[in-house]
Amino acid sequence: MTDLPDRLPTRWERLKDNDIYWSFIHSPGAMVSALITVLFITAAFAAPLIAPFDPFDPSQISLWDGKLPPAWVDGGQSQYLLGTDNQGRDMLSTILYGGRLSIMVGLAAVCLGMVLGVSIGVIAGYVGGVTDAVLMRIADVQLTIPGILLAILINGIGRAIIPLDMREDFAIYVVIIAIGLTDWPQFARVARGATLVEANKEYVQAARVIGLPGWLIMIRHIFPNTLRPVLVIATIGLALAIIAEATLSFLGQGIPPTTPSLGTLIRVGNEYLFSGLWWITFFPALTLVILVFSVNLLGDWMRDALNPKLR
Amino acid sequence: MTDLLKITDLDVEFPTRRGVIKAARGVSLTVAPGEVLGLVGESGAGKSTIGNAIINLLERPGRVAGGEILFQGEDLRNYDEDQMRKVRGARIGMIFQDPQTSLNPLLTIGAQLVETIQKATPHRGAAATDHAIELLEAVGITEARARLKAYPHQFSGGMRQRVVIALALAGDPDLVIADEPTTALDVSIQAQILDLLKKLCRERALGVIIVTHDIGVIANIADRVAVMFRGEVVESGAVAQVLGAPEHSYTKSLIAAVPRADRRLDRFTSVDYIEGGAASAGKIDIRSHWLGQGRRGNPEITDVIGLTDLNLEFVLQRAIRKENRKVVRAVDNVSLTVQRGETLGLVGESGSGKSTVARLIAGLYRPDSGAIRIEGTDVVTAPRSAEARKARRLVQMIFQDPYSSLNARMRVRDIVAEPIRFYRTTDSETETRRIVGDLLDHVGLGSAAAARYPHEFSGGQRQRISIARALASRPEILICDEPTSALDVSVQATILNLLKDLQAELGLTMLFITHDLPVIRQMADRIAVMRHGAICEIAPTDQLFTSPAHPYSRQLLDLMPRMDLLRPDAVP
Repeated sequence: MTDLPDRLPTRWERLKDNDIYWSFIHSPGAMVSALITVLFITAAFAAPLIAPFDPFDPSQISLWDGKLPPAWVDGGQSQYLLGTDNQGRDMLSTILYGGRLSIMVGLAAVCLGMVLGVSIGVIAGYVGGVTDAVLMRIADVQLTIPGILLAILINGIGRAIIPLDMREDFAIYVVIIAIGLTDWPQFARVARGATLVEANKEYVQAARVIGLPGWLIMIRHIFPNTLRPVLVIATIGLALAIIAEATLSFLGQGIPPTTPSLGTLIRVGNEYLFSGLWWITFFPALTLVILVFSVNLLGDWMRDALNPKLR
Repeated sequence: MTDLLKITDLDVEFPTRRGVIKAARGVSLTVAPGEVLGLVGESGAGKSTIGNAIINLLERPGRVAGGEILFQGEDLRNYDEDQMRKVRGARIGMIFQDPQTSLNPLLTIGAQLVETIQKATPHRGAAATDHAIELLEAVGITEARARLKAYPHQFSGGMRQRVVIALALAGDPDLVIADEPTTALDVSIQAQILDLLKKLCRERALGVIIVTHDIGVIANIADRVAVMFRGEVVESGAVAQVLGAPEHSYTKSLIAAVPRADRRLDRFTSVDYIEGGAASAGKIDIRSHWLGQGRRGNPEITDVIGLTDLNLEFVLQRAIRKENRKVVRAVDNVSLTVQRGETLGLVGESGSGKSTVARLIAGLYRPDSGAIRIEGTDVVTAPRSAEARKARRLVQMIFQDPYSSLNARMRVRDIVAEPIRFYRTTDSETETRRIVGDLLDHVGLGSAAAARYPHEFSGGQRQRISIARALASRPEILICDEPTSALDVSVQATILNLLKDLQAELGLTMLFITHDLPVIRQMADRIAVMRHGAICEIAPTDQLFTSPAHPYSRQLLDLMPRMDLLRPDAVP
């Protein structure tokens, strides 16, 4: 044996030795966007702990405090840092709770789209033939319809199926399914492409010669090797899913206005924008822009770092 | 004779995040006009780096750190990029390895030649075209005027490499650097290209640097040779002297490791100087071991593999009407048998269908017609039946490319254990792990390798992992598809020895596929020669080498690089 060190590297050492980690450390843009993303996600999920008010607790809401401007503007109160909305809810707290919901919906939708898309893509790529043609044509057809229209359609059907009294409770799940079902073709295409490359490699042929069944080869050998490009799509997809949720909610098709999400906040604020109450719509919109922008930057960096051709 | 090129104490460095890699250390070379200098060494020896450093085309982030490169008395290191661009093409020509990628597929041969001529010489217009025709004729392309209008895809690989050579000569250079010019070509074409290079060198008083890993090429073409090892020139001198009476022990090992076609040896000469030699400790007694038990071969059947009238077509261009389809007959009425315990060699040039036959036997393709019998069981008519599956389990395959034949995301242990775990051929996980360790020990890798990932290993070591994985299925039949063509000669010898040992210990039946005749002479008991998907001749090895019956076999043998310079007593 040559060259190999005696001691096996620990997981942490292997990670530090990784080219991707190295590229991350040497890319200020990636570090900043990752920091912002992590900050937003932590803040959103820690909302019950750090938010000054609970927007779901009626005892903390007073209509008398409604429509107050941010603390540094004339008439603002120091306890409401970013002002209050029309119902007297503290904007900062609502944004934190709303951001949590938006991120959760985005993550869940992307996971749904990814599981569906990657399974379909890997099967289409590995099995080939008629299966491939049919599955990918379905994806193509779906791609010809604008995503948001499709999401509205699925959302509408979902709502119509659910009985009236349960609609509020299930609205979030309907939105998740609507967005998830909309973005699977992206994942399917990328996963199929990667599968076509991997399936021709000799390790897959070796597995076939051993006699492993197709499903096992797909799960154990091909799927892990398609993950890189899929992760890139997933990151960018997360940003898109958050926007999709905001759009649906803004159009009144998504989360009910009583539950704060970034989209519903912007929508509510929009009604008051021309009355001079700019902060109700401005701060949620700013949050959305920064969050989506940093997630997108992270995705861009990841695409470059994971693509050996660009290195 | 004054030196055309004189390199003194050249250092080339590649700064990386893991520290500076010195690709060349204190390299000194000279080339005279009309002389062919061979630069030989294994992968990573730094031989291509030298060529790239001369023309200042080092891959980033490489840089020349010291020494001087005197070309016709001027130090090229003092030239800026503009001056270098005038040197390249006009005074130094380059020939690269792959003729597929060194020509622009969208331009005609003529356009590419004329463009280069106009850039590098005073010829313009019709004069440039005439010069292009002269060049094509000089490199042995007939009907040159008509061929100017042809696109690269209309030429065969060898013809394309001739065009590349014509391009390199377009500026009427004084020095030509050829980086592995024949590696991508078949043997028959390789010889022609080498002859052409040598002829041009003499006629035009060209200095030629030929970079290669193949000692056979050096023996055929070079006047002088420099042997490189880990960035240093370990030995240089006239070819006859260096190859005939090597002084440095690395050169000796390198020459010894080249398989010989002129006689049969029991084992490949193993190379001790070079890393990657098998760890002899830790071999297991194979007969009493798990590996030797549970053998499933039926000794009464002698024809372990039987192919009858096998046919397979690949569709090149699909069409609804059958007569519009374009197909290639990859396998054309192939019938052969492999006896128990023997090694059948399958040789042929690229595209002859030899790998396709291997994949048919391994079950990766299904034949259009014909029968495949493994241990007497028909595996074609009902491929999913229990008997067919059982028979298929007796076959294992070793692949060509050690870099793509292992799943990079699995540990070596899991790769090797996969067939054991899938078929549950052991009682417990502890036993599986012990057997995987034993297998890794036995293939000379050491059981400590189990916990690592494939990327930590070199090409030869990875090939050992592949062999261990194949053994874990307890096969009766091992199909080796060019198992060493991606490896250096020194590593090749150890891998081939390992395969030979395993065959002797386990009584394996082997189908050995290669384009390398010297290798097959050492490995095979019988040889089948394939061409255009059909078998030309099947004969015992010695008979085929001494008195080939089929004209194509004779042609193949004639074209084998001659190794007359390598005298038998050169073996240490």
